[in-house]
Amino acid sequence: MAGPRVTVLDYGSGNIRSAVRALEHVGAEVTLSKDAKDIREADGLVVPGVGAFASVMQALKDVGAGPLIGRRIAGGRPVLGICVGHQVFFEEGVEHGIRTAGFGEWPGTVERLDAPVVPHMGWNTVDAAPGSRLFAGIEGERFYFVHSYAVQKWDFPVAQPRMTPPSVTWAEHGSRFIAAVENGPLSAVQFHPEKSGEAGAQLLANWLGTLA
Amino acid sequence: MSVAIRVIPCLDVDAGRVVKGVNFEGLRDAGDPVELAKRYNAVGADELTFLDVTASSGNRETTFDVVRTTAEEVFIPLTVGGGVRSADDVDRLLRAGADKASINTAAVDRPEVIREITHRFGSQVLVLSVDARRSTDPSLPSGFEVTTHGGRTGSGRDAVEWAREAADGGVGEILLNSIDADGTKEGFDVEMIAAVRAAVNVPIIASGGAGAPGHFPAAIAAGADAVLAASIFHFGPVDMIARVKQAIKEAGYPVR
Repeated sequence: MAGPRVTVLDYGSGNIRSAVRALEHVGAEVTLSKDAKDIREADGLVVPGVGAFASVMQALKDVGAGPLIGRRIAGGRPVLGICVGHQVFFEEGVEHGIRTAGFGEWPGTVERLDAPVVPHMGWNTVDAAPGSRLFAGIEGERFYFVHSYAVQKWDFPVAQPRMTPPSVTWAEHGSRFIAAVENGPLSAVQFHPEKSGEAGAQLLANWLGTLA
Repeated sequence: MSVAIRVIPCLDVDAGRVVKGVNFEGLRDAGDPVELAKRYNAVGADELTFLDVTASSGNRETTFDVVRTTAEEVFIPLTVGGGVRSADDVDRLLRAGADKASINTAAVDRPEVIREITHRFGSQVLVLSVDARRSTDPSLPSGFEVTTHGGRTGSGRDAVEWAREAADGGVGEILLNSIDADGTKEGFDVEMIAAVRAAVNVPIIASGGAGAPGHFPAAIAAGADAVLAASIFHFGPVDMIARVKQAIKEAGYPVR
């Protein structure tokens, strides 16, 4: 039986072979593409990303990915952001004093970590959101992080009736920061599941399990 | 909650084959870097480093093949060093499936290459490898000198100053190898680690001198965020990574 069809968005960002292979490893049929059709029709879309927030946003704009991602989310079609591909779903990123708008799906600013050692590089634990589907069965595992920036404040207006608030998973390096968000069709993780060994493979498998 | 101390085996690869071999039981091919990478992943390595020691650039293509195959089968971070001289070299490694590249002599020769690489790919892809030795030269304030060409050539440059300059220039990590301690199996040069720790806030990977699990906690106490070694893992018992992690854990530091 064919696995779920996943498109990994190919817009020139770093090492994406690993994301492709890790998804294949857990049973997905993966296409590496930036074509509208592949983005639209996949059961799941993965948005990878490494480097600077501003350059990732620019690269996403250059391939016209914003509206296509937005349409998927509006249609309830699953999207998974990884690393800077997680950060771009917040309101904005601030690097060296320069503010860059993100997709603004969630409130919050991506800012430099305040810790004795930066980048935050290595395997860290998370405080998984209660009932998280992504972290089901791997709540106590460590995941591989590589980043200098993160969202450290979460001010979601909880008083909105009839709205399920996103579920937020936290981690800590110097201060607490958002390690993952699960919000209907849109999920995003600050760490690299494709580099997180067995635990990362399980997280990707859990995500595949949410695909229609 | 805090980030675990990383334990990293390093494999020297020459024309696609592991040099000096690795003494693991049950390996079909002790010279196959891909099989070794899988084995190290299975026994708990937190990352892997390949050092390409291929002398002829004509044979370098085999290294890319090795990186490609490894990245397709092993899902932990992979750093590749040796022969990295430019942003284009880094690009080729990343495209082959490496997560990070390490640079050494080329950065000493031409420090601007650090910014060229980090501007294009971000800080997280670049590891500055510093081979340093003790020196009594009064022009070196820290007493540690940067060497190149595998420790054979002195550069006249202060190692701590160089680390600081490279961190300011955007390298994401510093791999600090003590040429004096390397091969002695008598422990890390903890003074060198502490001196660099005081100068930079990027992660430090300590290397050189590990001969027993008990040597590792001192490197971490001196400020290392990760530890890299070769022979202790290649020729030790198969559970050596676990033993090293146990020693680190017993000293009160987190491990995976």
